[in-house]
Amino acid sequence: FPGAGGGNDIQWCFSQVKGAVDDDVAEADIISTVEFNHSGELLATGDKGGRVVIFQQEQENKTQSHSRGEYNVYSTFQSHEPEFDYLKSLEIEEKINKIRWLPQKNAAQFLLSTNDKTIKLWKISERDKRPEGYNLKEEDGRYRDPTTVTTLRVPVFRPMDLMVEASPRRIFANAHTYHINSISINSDYETYLSADDLRINLWHLEITDRSFNIVDIKPANMEELTEVITAAEFHPNSCNTFVYSSSKGTIRLCDMRASALCDRHSKLFEEPEDPSNRSFFSEIISSISDVKFSHSGRYMMTRDYLSVKIWDLNMENRPVETYQVHEYLRSKLCSLYENDCIFDKFECCWNGSDSIVMTGSYNNFFRMFDRNTKRDITLEASRENNKPRTVLKPRKVCASGKRKKDEISVDSLDFNKKILHTAWHPKENIIAVATTNNLYIFQDKMN
Amino acid sequence: MECTLDAQSLISISLRKIHSSRTQRGGIKLHKNLLVSYVLRNARQLYLSERYAELYRRQQHYPDGAPLLAMPACPPPPAASPPELGALPLPPDAQDREARSCSAVRGGAELLEVPVCAAPPELQQRAPCRDSSPAFYRASSTAPGPGSPPGLLYAAGCDFGAPHCSSRTTVLDLDTHVVTTVENGYLHQDCCSQCPCCCQPAAGLASPPPAPGTKRKYYPGQEEEEEEGVEEGEPGGGGVAGGPPFAPCTKRARFEEYSAEHPQDSSNISNLISIFGSGFTGLVSRQQADSEQPLNGQLCSKQALASLGAWTRAIVAF
Repeated sequence: FPGAGGGNDIQWCFSQVKGAVDDDVAEADIISTVEFNHSGELLATGDKGGRVVIFQQEQENKTQSHSRGEYNVYSTFQSHEPEFDYLKSLEIEEKINKIRWLPQKNAAQFLLSTNDKTIKLWKISERDKRPEGYNLKEEDGRYRDPTTVTTLRVPVFRPMDLMVEASPRRIFANAHTYHINSISINSDYETYLSADDLRINLWHLEITDRSFNIVDIKPANMEELTEVITAAEFHPNSCNTFVYSSSKGTIRLCDMRASALCDRHSKLFEEPEDPSNRSFFSEIISSISDVKFSHSGRYMMTRDYLSVKIWDLNMENRPVETYQVHEYLRSKLCSLYENDCIFDKFECCWNGSDSIVMTGSYNNFFRMFDRNTKRDITLEASRENNKPRTVLKPRKVCASGKRKKDEISVDSLDFNKKILHTAWHPKENIIAVATTNNLYIFQDKMN
Repeated sequence: MECTLDAQSLISISLRKIHSSRTQRGGIKLHKNLLVSYVLRNARQLYLSERYAELYRRQQHYPDGAPLLAMPACPPPPAASPPELGALPLPPDAQDREARSCSAVRGGAELLEVPVCAAPPELQQRAPCRDSSPAFYRASSTAPGPGSPPGLLYAAGCDFGAPHCSSRTTVLDLDTHVVTTVENGYLHQDCCSQCPCCCQPAAGLASPPPAPGTKRKYYPGQEEEEEEGVEEGEPGGGGVAGGPPFAPCTKRARFEEYSAEHPQDSSNISNLISIFGSGFTGLVSRQQADSEQPLNGQLCSKQALASLGAWTRAIVAF
């Protein structure tokens, strides 16, 4: 019985929506990544225009105990600009593919953002006071004639309106021939990996002029290419372990202690294909679009076109759980191929306790699967439900046959409204769901 | 799974995707193009398996001596309903003979051309010379029967070597390595007929190329094998166990530039189908220089039929 009611079930309520209202979506405003920081206080989005927008949660207000703090814009900056590779006559898109936060070490916040070719480390710092009372400078910065100075004073800091500054501290460039699809910060907080279609590189956060290639699946002859890397992530606890997924639906776990070049995996996770499901598009729908370790590090989750799979790191031959996201699309693969939707790369995420997983779908639907109760729910991100603290109504897609009231038939789904990026607050039941150009924030109903 | 498109339309759509990916911002997306190449391969497998099934059925009707009539040449394809698409041919263990044969066909670099369209049976009555060529098939080392010739040849009932013939029949004798083609437009020239060494029959086999109207036996193909790139100039398709080493005249050099303005030109598509000899290979195959290359004693035509053209350079091999 999907989601509604029940003692432990979360009741999701609309909280906020960010972004333009009008239906005409500017391409630059298309959201391409969403990520909470380690505390959940900050929420970053990247878009196709190369911009990063960071929202900050308000401090909880004692008088408003029935809702958590709202997220408001904290900082906006242009992370990447379009570039042109003259040698190859290729334009390099400024679209932000991924953002990953570093854990906070001091007053400033740091994040990595990447486009197809270049990774940047950004420092986001606050300035809320400024020195005043210089002897040789006027308040507007003009220099005073020293001969006019008759007395001396000590400059003091005075409060000012909060200013949030973002400055690029490191630029990691020229290490990827192919398009970067993932970055992942190691649990040592000193190194991170970046992955493109064929290679994975290991960087030190302090060193920009070199990186180590740790995986290379480029065949000697490109004509023999059969698979590409689609995602990669470091293990949350073991700083020597990482995984990468492939377009063939396999996941390889590698141990950097084994050798310098981790072309030979330590573990290979693969589920045999069900021959009865074979179609023209089998290869496409088995391609993994996202891989995420659980917070515990014991499991990992993969997303392919139609399903979410949970793998136990100790069992390589099949996933321990499989959840169908939108199985009703299996008979529509032909149309979805024609309109390119079959190439959509959906992401997935865990909740803080690893008990629920979430992923997006079409028609601005998103799905959650409770691993304990085995119940699932479909919700919609829509401005029609934008009364705060209204509980979202579960949605249902009618695959075939007679459509019940309130159900939506497969043929009326809007495939232009897709939710590819979702994020779950690391500690609370707050989720961020990105539609094409809007960011929705939902919270559980607090009583 | 139901598919509302037939194999040929899928191929056409896929090629268009690859072509348009060249002009997309941000450069070629390797991942997407690789996935599209898999669809191409799958569609091609089905397309060829249907061809083979049709030809096999015809052979059943005309078991001895009568000319085998291949599919009529008919660009564009008739407006018959698209063939039923069931599940794709699976690895041979699970399949019947026909599908297995087609897998072999698919897997082989020896496939030089394919028929244009699936012909309804009533078109069998057309004159041989107007028939398009069928696909032809690889040698099989697992040919049943001790007396069976090792070679494999499909002969259409067409007038070989008659340049005026509008047929596209191409016939390959795997024993003698003789390729005879009746050319039509942008397809192959007679290649080995120009090369004395090619025309020498294999040891023990003195038979000339089949006379018009002769039917030769053909055999179910080999096991389906892993898609592998077939190198330019590399003799033989990969993995023909025990069969005569054979390299067809390099097909990649011989195809007219795909015209994006004529997506419905199924004859172009048919030619291009053969390019995808194995998965990704055909897509990344480079433009060939003048196609004259000695291959196991064969000399391909000096007349370099155009390179694959712009769309094949969609996949940038670094």
